[in-house]
Amino acid sequence: MKVLVPVKRVIDYNVKVRVKSDQSGVDLANVKMSMNPFDEIAVEEAIRLKEAGTAEEIVAVSIGPEKAQDQIRQALAMGADRGILIKTDETVEPLGVAKLLQKVVEEESPELVILGKQAIDDDSNQTGQMLAALLGWSQGTFASEIKKDDGKLSVTREIDGGLQTIKINMPAVVTTDLRLNEPRYASLPNIMKAKKKPLDVKEVGDYGVDIAPRLEVVKVTEPPKREAGVKVADVAELIDKLKNEAGVI
Amino acid sequence: MAVLVVADVHGNAIDDSTHKTVTAAAAIGGDIDILVAGENCGDAAAAAAKISGVRKVLHADDAAYAHRLAEPFADLIVKLAGDYDAILKAAATTGKNVMPRVAALLDVMQISEIVSVEAPDTFTRPIYAGNAMQTVKSSDAKKVITVRATSFAAAGEDGSASVETVAAAGDPGLSEFVEENLTKSDRPELTGAKIVVSGGRGLGSGEKFEEVILPLADKLGAGVGASRAAVDAGYVPNDYQVGQTGKVVAPELYIAIGISGAIQHLAGMKDSKVIVAINKDEEAPIFQVADYGLVADLFKAVPELTDAL
Repeated sequence: MKVLVPVKRVIDYNVKVRVKSDQSGVDLANVKMSMNPFDEIAVEEAIRLKEAGTAEEIVAVSIGPEKAQDQIRQALAMGADRGILIKTDETVEPLGVAKLLQKVVEEESPELVILGKQAIDDDSNQTGQMLAALLGWSQGTFASEIKKDDGKLSVTREIDGGLQTIKINMPAVVTTDLRLNEPRYASLPNIMKAKKKPLDVKEVGDYGVDIAPRLEVVKVTEPPKREAGVKVADVAELIDKLKNEAGVI
Repeated sequence: MAVLVVADVHGNAIDDSTHKTVTAAAAIGGDIDILVAGENCGDAAAAAAKISGVRKVLHADDAAYAHRLAEPFADLIVKLAGDYDAILKAAATTGKNVMPRVAALLDVMQISEIVSVEAPDTFTRPIYAGNAMQTVKSSDAKKVITVRATSFAAAGEDGSASVETVAAAGDPGLSEFVEENLTKSDRPELTGAKIVVSGGRGLGSGEKFEEVILPLADKLGAGVGASRAAVDAGYVPNDYQVGQTGKVVAPELYIAIGISGAIQHLAGMKDSKVIVAINKDEEAPIFQVADYGLVADLFKAVPELTDAL
């Protein structure tokens, strides 16, 4: 089967984000950018399916600026076969991303789309579910284990209070949770090889989809700061404070 | 204006997050109805009818909703959506799974995990794991919203809404339930607990976690959490994890034991009313958010605390 893996270019998870003083957003100038960590897990899972003989071809797709080619190249270096960049410098909301991916799915006809459960920039946790809805496909979200089983997909999901296992029809959309796998590092020879793998660059306009934002960002602000309190000397003082000052026990 | 709140149903009961979502719905304004969907969930529907400020309860009872599978559940909500200007559900795993599917079927851009309502079309939500707050105004005629329940007070229970049976919307047969492995515990559920005791890497092992953390939690009647480091090290199962990639909690009292306080952990607990940190490293970042910090060897201090309570 063919697997489509959407990947997003986001601020690296180790970077401390700074809110711009004009409240228009967070500062992206000269900040290290990386592949969304949940999408890295998706790429890894697709490669494991290929190594197990379940998948034949892996296509990595990204919607973003010219520079998002770096993230597609990373997916190619990890083991994806080819890439598609849908170029735009505008912010595309999850609904718009899902509509563009729907078009890519119609062109590519994968049996499985696997992507991160959320991007660590806007934390929306929507794109996979929306894509499944638009395609009329089944969805297996927050996956910690997937297995192909008699033409269906068995998905173990991380839910409140534990794990849920469901069996879903193919084709399907799966979104990854943290513990699905540990993504590999690309080796230097594979990074060199990835430069020769095919990468198509398209424009958003090529797809004829309305991706105008539905949400207007009014402002972006710093979260309320929590002040450090006091240090207590010992357990007795701690209990005294909790009982008599805070009144919580 | 009318708002539909989709209840979190567990077995034949509704979760407290439903009451909190009703408070968010009240801030938007208009009539509030609650959808209770499940199998044999009449008691849950009756409980929802008691929530203050609710006009009516829509009760859908069908095997298709027993395990909250996304495809039939989303179809049901979409079928009922016509009468409402906004549809809200708590941002727990079911809401996160189902609501974006609903939004896309209605051609709406969902607003995820709101922490406040600024106006009926304007909401604030955390981005970058809570390191920034984004206020957005929606131009969609119908709003689809998930709610961070810990940011809203629970609505009271002095209501007496009518309960109306609604027909199921069918099952597209795209998915089937196989099994659920839920952590069995007599302790309060983490996200609803008034007191949470969490352990981190400082515990050193699963045995020590059990020996040190659990007696204190039991003494306080507290829920038990953990840092991602403790989960990754295998001390406790995944669903104990508090943080950006785990659960978000905001109890009256949060006790962090042997937790350094990585940004990822702070994102999940910094809205707690009172935070206590016990850690032997006085430079640990957790002390920057703690109301009461105790620099001590946790293996001595925590049993002493447990005994003294």
